[in-house]
Amino acid sequence: MSKEKNLIGIRARRIASNTTIYIILSVMAIIWLLPIAWLIISSLRLEPGAYTTYIMPKGYTLNNYTRLFTETDLFPFPRWYGNTLLVAVLSCIVTTFLTLMVAYTYSRLRFKARTKLMNMSLVLGMFPGFMSMIAIYHFLKAIGLTQSLAALVIVYSGGAALNYYVAKGFFDTIPRSLDEAAMLDGATRNGVFWKIILPTSRPIVIYTAITAFIAPWVDFIFASVIMKDNYQNYTVAVGLYKMIERENIFNYYTRFCAGAVLVAIPITILFISIQKYYVEGVTGGAVKG
Amino acid sequence: MKKFKAALLKLPRAIGRGFKELAEMFIKGDLRTRLSYLIMGFGSLTHGQILKGLLYLGFQILYFFFFFGFGWQYLKDFGTLGTATQIKVWNESLQIYQRMPGDNSMLILLYSVLTLATLVPLIVFWRLNIKSSYKAQKQIEEGIKPNSFIKDLRTMLDERFHITMLSIPMLALTCFTILPIIFMVLIAFTNFDQTHQPPGNLFTWVGMTNVTDIFLGNTTKRNTFFGILGWTMVWAVFATFTNYILGIILAMMINKKGIRFKKMWRTIFVITIAVPQFVSLMLMSKLLTDTGIVNVLLQKMGWISEPLPFLTDPTWARAVVIIINMWVGIPYTMLMASGILMNIPQDLYESASIDGAGPVRSFTAITMPYMLFVTAPYLITTFVGNINNFNVIYLLTAGNPLTLDYYQAGQTDLLITWLYKLTVNQQDYSLASTIGIFIFIIVATVSLIVYNRTGSVKKEDQFQ
Repeated sequence: MSKEKNLIGIRARRIASNTTIYIILSVMAIIWLLPIAWLIISSLRLEPGAYTTYIMPKGYTLNNYTRLFTETDLFPFPRWYGNTLLVAVLSCIVTTFLTLMVAYTYSRLRFKARTKLMNMSLVLGMFPGFMSMIAIYHFLKAIGLTQSLAALVIVYSGGAALNYYVAKGFFDTIPRSLDEAAMLDGATRNGVFWKIILPTSRPIVIYTAITAFIAPWVDFIFASVIMKDNYQNYTVAVGLYKMIERENIFNYYTRFCAGAVLVAIPITILFISIQKYYVEGVTGGAVKG
Repeated sequence: MKKFKAALLKLPRAIGRGFKELAEMFIKGDLRTRLSYLIMGFGSLTHGQILKGLLYLGFQILYFFFFFGFGWQYLKDFGTLGTATQIKVWNESLQIYQRMPGDNSMLILLYSVLTLATLVPLIVFWRLNIKSSYKAQKQIEEGIKPNSFIKDLRTMLDERFHITMLSIPMLALTCFTILPIIFMVLIAFTNFDQTHQPPGNLFTWVGMTNVTDIFLGNTTKRNTFFGILGWTMVWAVFATFTNYILGIILAMMINKKGIRFKKMWRTIFVITIAVPQFVSLMLMSKLLTDTGIVNVLLQKMGWISEPLPFLTDPTWARAVVIIINMWVGIPYTMLMASGILMNIPQDLYESASIDGAGPVRSFTAITMPYMLFVTAPYLITTFVGNINNFNVIYLLTAGNPLTLDYYQAGQTDLLITWLYKLTVNQQDYSLASTIGIFIFIIVATVSLIVYNRTGSVKKEDQFQ
């Protein structure tokens, strides 16, 4: 067997295996994109109804989008969008501050209770979040705060002190010598936090803020428990769920799709912008390079 | 485990040391320090730290107002959770029945927990007040001027900065996580269910009844609990490992040398993560109904004559949620794994192929062990996340199909969705809390075992 022939054999095999991979990837890509394509197509469909017997719509329209914003008697979608935005912004601010404060303290300051507090956080995180939710619901009811947006902000940012891992991991990588040098120059620990840690940690500040911002948009369970039947204060997730309940689905299905697209667009953009930090977060910084 | 035992032993010792210290300070302290045991801030006031003393004193006065003005009325009923039921009284002049408010067990329990919790800051501040008085006394004896209030405040930004930083987050954590959890754990030992709803009815302590109900007493509840527990574990294992392995394979395919448009492939799959889960899941639940597009198309093409029972037959439904979950989860693993895969030294693969290992062998012998080692913590979190995966189950099947063998649950319900149904639809809070505690025990056990067995658990301190 000549060397040349052998090389051709290897090349042929490589081409064959690469072609197989291309085929698999393409099929998978189609499977993964189909539901999303279906969502977008349905949102542009002219005729109503959830269950069609054909794939491509008979006619196209943008009405589903405009009607979301004009016909608001039954489902005040613009209000829901506003609610979600407001809750997202507020809980984003609160959560970011709380998380970064806790992360900095655990990462940089050494005090007696440090490891005890961190172990406690680990244990607390093992309780299903929904469980404490019920108690919070009763507490908010007792002080007359249920079904309000403030309650949602409280629920989304109340547990912020437990979700410090990603930010702490990031702070841990900032060299300690920076702090020490600053403290030799007379800076306090407070100064170090504001003037050294925060400015060098812009990516993690953004990551923390964006994940906190996304949470209210995608959460269903907490919002549905707190809001019960108060339509006016629904967030988009609960509202859209209402739209496709049995009695509404025929008339509202296409509008549900339109609403879902309107929610998905900002979230998709935000998520893609932080995907790098997301990876570092879930792998605990195992990815370097 | 050893560490855990040591921690348990440490606690009484620490408390003992605290008492000893208090006794010592009482013996060595002067009259002013001793009076601080009764009147908070007395020592500071008379040692020249006026502002600090006033704050302590103010705290004590406020606390007494809070405790006797508010807390006590609830705390006194903590043992019974209320005895006076709400009654209807005939009002002769108005000719109607009027409700006379009785005790509200829920509020009694809620505010009792709150009041008991406030004892913690009281004790902490009380100790601090004594210590600071004793310290000031010592300093004066040695001829040093005790710290002024401003100076004290300044240490809060430096030596004691952790107190400043943690106070607000910890307050939030206590109010919205710790106290609620204590409250719910207590609920598990009461009979707070549909027939015991305040304010109309009272509920009370019933000891371990809810636990014994699940394990011994009530056959339906026992069947439900163990049935759902079994399915929850099966689901968690399948959901975690299908996604994990297939996600890694997908990442390897995209990463393979010679495959072009890597960025495009990756973005396609990332988009599906970025679309909110509730949107894609609700959409798919509609696609898979009897009259949904999937069944309709399959019938049109003549492949099936009856609609497939995707979400209505228990076995089908269970398979479908696992498969749909792959759609949801594989991109996550792909995203996470791409970076790590590139870190695996290429010469490992080369020498393996020289030794005659095929792609399957090098996957099982090199890729998987490496990935498992590096991503063990990720796997645990995913597994625990899947045990508590509310979204995928609830939004796809809502736990259905229902069955008569189960108490308020369907065949695809997980413990967490059962908990949700019990609270939201049934107001069966006591049973729900009991299940919540079991979920905690399961999660804690799984995490403990895995953490102790994996090598990648690092001492976090050594990193820096």
